[in-house]
Amino acid sequence: MNELAITVIGRDRPGIVADVAEVLARLGANLTDSTMTRLRGHFAMTLICVGPAAADVEAALAPLAADGHLLATVRTVTPDAGSAPAGEPYVLAVHGADRMGIVAAMTRVLTDAGGNVTDLSTRLTGSLYVVVAEVELPPGVSDEVAGRLTRVAAELGVGVSLRPADTDLL
Amino acid sequence: MTGPEYAGLGGWTPEKLGVAGAVRPVVAAPEPVLSQPGPEVDPTSADVVRLAADLVATMRVSPGCVGLAAPQVGVSAQVFAVDVTGHPKAVTVHGTFVLCNARVVEASRWKAGREGCMSVPDLTGDVKRASRLVVEGALPGTGEPVRLVTDGFEARALQHEIDHCAGLLFLDRVAGAHAIYQRKVYL
Repeated sequence: MNELAITVIGRDRPGIVADVAEVLARLGANLTDSTMTRLRGHFAMTLICVGPAAADVEAALAPLAADGHLLATVRTVTPDAGSAPAGEPYVLAVHGADRMGIVAAMTRVLTDAGGNVTDLSTRLTGSLYVVVAEVELPPGVSDEVAGRLTRVAAELGVGVSLRPADTDLL
Repeated sequence: MTGPEYAGLGGWTPEKLGVAGAVRPVVAAPEPVLSQPGPEVDPTSADVVRLAADLVATMRVSPGCVGLAAPQVGVSAQVFAVDVTGHPKAVTVHGTFVLCNARVVEASRWKAGREGCMSVPDLTGDVKRASRLVVEGALPGTGEPVRLVTDGFEARALQHEIDHCAGLLFLDRVAGAHAIYQRKVYL
């Protein structure tokens, strides 16, 4: 079986999810992990599915992109070996006046500390830019990382907070 | 142990401030004052009494507003007004009140809920807050110390406003990368 990574992005309209999912179902491609959202009027989906050859999926999705409003890409990826969590989970929040390089500067601090960003979203509303990221950090580095984030945030003129992610085990 | 609540708050009215409040413009993020911790205030000072009256007046003319903190009207200070009267989610309700230098002394029964903010008009977010809360602060004007025991929605409103006074927005407390939302409904 092939594991495929598929991205579809285009001007939002009703029916994109149904159209793409229908194509995949018809080909026997089993949709596993996916994330789909609307970003400033564009509908974006990233998904992993298991099934047919990449070329077959690409050909089947091509008619959807024919009107020029959707862009679909398909590639074969190596199946996930089931890696263990790399560290302790934290939530990073940044907000302030929009300017270039906020995500780059903040994530570089995390990377330099051996951290890994596992999920991230940004929103721009008016002049307010908001970043929320879920991050795994090596044990024992969070205080130092928080300090460095605060210094970088001050240079950028934005506010930052780093908190342990809240997991309730029931 | 939760001590007894100070009885004075229940009978407090904004009229006891002795000044009529003026409506002030509400500032929105990324205005820097919203991200600065506010200093403690002298609750008996004329400036603080005026500010308290203005917060109540501004809260009252703002549809759906159940709380307003000094940084939201551009003043970096630990003063806020709350009134959850009539809100469908409120259980315990203390009416309209203003607290100075408030701090949380007991917090328990944490629950997630969706929050919005007049200073972040286009976004909402999922935030975990204590639904049982004890807060201590001082009344503007007399400076009398107050101990407030509350729950549910009023507890959430208090924590949101105390955060404002500390330079924090609900955005600093959202649960994760997919816990902020574009706001669709305006009151």
